[in-house]
Amino acid sequence: MSQEATTANRSFITPFNIIASIIVLIGLFLTVRRFSGGLGAVTNLSDNNAWGIWIGFDLLTGVALAAGGYVTAAAVYIFGMKKYHSAVRPAVLTGFLGYALVVLALHYDVGRPWRLPYPFVVQQGTTSVLFEVAACVALYLTVLFLEFSPAALEWLGLKRARNLAVKFTLVLVVFGIILSTLHQSSLGALFLIAPSKLHPLWYSSFIPIYFFVSSIIAGLSMVIFESTLSYRFFSSKMDETHLKEKDDIALGFGKAAAYVIAGYIAIQIMGLGADNDWHLLGSLYGLWYLVELFGFFGVSCLLYAIGAREKNLKLIRWTAAWTVLGVIMNRFNVSLIAFNWQLPSSDRYFPSWMEIGISVFLVTLGLIAFRFIVTRMPILYEHPDYRDAHRAKGGS
Amino acid sequence: MDNIFFTLHEFLLHTENFTYLLIVATLVGIAGFWYFLTGGDED
Amino acid sequence: MAISRRKFLGWLTATGLSSAFGKTAHAGTTKHFEGHPDSLGVLYDNTKCIGCRTCEAACNRVNDLPPPDRPFDDLSVLDKKRRTDAKKYMIINKYDHIRNPKGPLHARIGCNHCLEPACASSCFVRAYTKTKEGAVTYDSSVCVGCRYCMIACPFNIPTFEYDSAFTPRIRKCTMCYDTRLVKGELPGCVEECPTESFTFGRREDLFKIAHERIRRYPRRYLDHIYGENEMGGTSWLYLSGVAFKKIGMREDLGVTPAPALTASALASVPMVVGTWPLLLMGIYAVSKRKEKIATEEKEQALADTIAQAKAEADLKISEAWQKAEKEKEKAVETAVRKALEEAAETENEESS
Repeated sequence: MSQEATTANRSFITPFNIIASIIVLIGLFLTVRRFSGGLGAVTNLSDNNAWGIWIGFDLLTGVALAAGGYVTAAAVYIFGMKKYHSAVRPAVLTGFLGYALVVLALHYDVGRPWRLPYPFVVQQGTTSVLFEVAACVALYLTVLFLEFSPAALEWLGLKRARNLAVKFTLVLVVFGIILSTLHQSSLGALFLIAPSKLHPLWYSSFIPIYFFVSSIIAGLSMVIFESTLSYRFFSSKMDETHLKEKDDIALGFGKAAAYVIAGYIAIQIMGLGADNDWHLLGSLYGLWYLVELFGFFGVSCLLYAIGAREKNLKLIRWTAAWTVLGVIMNRFNVSLIAFNWQLPSSDRYFPSWMEIGISVFLVTLGLIAFRFIVTRMPILYEHPDYRDAHRAKGGS
Repeated sequence: MDNIFFTLHEFLLHTENFTYLLIVATLVGIAGFWYFLTGGDED
Repeated sequence: MAISRRKFLGWLTATGLSSAFGKTAHAGTTKHFEGHPDSLGVLYDNTKCIGCRTCEAACNRVNDLPPPDRPFDDLSVLDKKRRTDAKKYMIINKYDHIRNPKGPLHARIGCNHCLEPACASSCFVRAYTKTKEGAVTYDSSVCVGCRYCMIACPFNIPTFEYDSAFTPRIRKCTMCYDTRLVKGELPGCVEECPTESFTFGRREDLFKIAHERIRRYPRRYLDHIYGENEMGGTSWLYLSGVAFKKIGMREDLGVTPAPALTASALASVPMVVGTWPLLLMGIYAVSKRKEKIATEEKEQALADTIAQAKAEADLKISEAWQKAEKEKEKAVETAVRKALEEAAETENEESS
């Protein structure tokens, strides 16, 4: 029996594959239902609740959690922190797959997905924040694809194309940071038009800034989180550089996250002051707001700080997961829980199992794609043909 | 100029259309200008 | 709700734009827009409404809407509070339990045809138009079905055809624009109401009529015309015998028009596009320079170390060489002395 575990010899029957296959089958069934029966056949959306978890989770949360791409690229290529270099490709991959899934989820959510290009090619609603979100997301998905392409081109052995792609790294990184700043903040700005529907503790003219800063927090935490999981499941794919750098990355990103969260909490509190919302903290929603801000973000800040000071990697890694939950909670609060807070409970929204099923299906597709790419392409390791090529002119 | 816009919406539609075009021009222009500025640099 | 945060952007753009446009246009912050002149509207007076639902039937017929679940003369429908939906552009709700000697009061729920519609502002394909006649119309031929307009509308009016797989549309009152208004006819509800609860006309004239009614019958009416300033003003105006929140109409919407709510967020987009490259490339240039200096210093330190080591080695070699020279001299000296001594000894031996 050969000692090499090639993909051909390994059995398909693993717990992940079985569960993933079931999810994919259900997902395909639900897809047919959605497109043959309309949104009403699959979702609990209503005229009072026009946006559900496909927007709240797949779009808002998905975009926030895919922010590791631009944050890591900024750290390495703009701020010149070369010791985090091995984190770039995994972060860009997570970002690319994340945004691809966001766009895929949008095809389920909008009524006529074949018309998604309409704002660009038919009629421009330039007064809409959503127009800007759509433009930025479309462009940024392209940027992420181009940033990811060197890894794929290396795998395909297309040396010239790969070298050409790498030349654009700096331009793509700068453009990507601009686009990310714009759409991360604008996803929050979407809610500025509905002050009467979003609870005042979450509604603020500063929502765009809150969303932008929390996307940085999400990005830093997701890089740590993804690296922890990758090490658990794909450590055999990691090369020496990767293994050597990963702990420094966790420490550095954890320390940065502590600082950014501290700033985030400060601006949230100052925002409360600017809107004179203190009295609202004494309500049930107020308690929920405090759970989000202090129970999640506050605790994360503290634990990241302690972990960074004491070089406690395990603490930092667990805190990263907690922080990701906090960001998810924030996006859910803004779009689903604190939104329409004034409606009677009989009119409130809760997703149907089919909506949840599609979301789980999409995430599973992402995991499958991630595994496929990471086990075949130079993401967690450097391709032997290009070992030191990137060190020359700031390439990826 | 005064009577062209009857509503804030009309005004913003006009200005935002213009703004988006200027945004594209700015991005292209500022990238080009950077290359112009750093053109003489040796590595 | 927060006060406008546009101040920074406001003066920045105002100083820039005011020089370009003179006194007419500013960055949407201080300029006041009056709306289309001679814009039309409808005044609904709930003290006249008897809740007969004739208007609902007319609306259904004129707009070719699907037949209702229960017929329009079934007034028990009013026992439950309803909202507009894909089959109903406009509904009447009944409120029994409010102190009114004349009986229950009603509310008309339907598109208010805002002067600055949130739906139009929020639509990223410009599917909505505020016509000069005052009606807010919807174009289903470009609609993508994103439903952001439903999120944006403070009155929760637009409804969506969730059950349509391929052609889901938004549905809402159109003020009978295509079917009636452009032909110079009255909207269906206005024409058929038996108690003339609806009055149609120029918005300015409707204010005069409404104020006149309030003046004539001060105990009949609440002294407020709903829609005069709410969300920046609406074309559908309301008079009521009781406080509007008692008949399900929100009084906390404020007077800021929807487009103004997102104007500053939109204004920051070009600012980011213009300033981020400066920031990012500035940081890049600085960090590249620091890296270059660090590399140069490293190379210099290495060169210095090598030079120093070489110098030390050279010194050692020359010292050793000098020492060797000295020893050689000494050895030569010793050998010469010895030779001389030996020669002297031999001479002594021969002479004795």
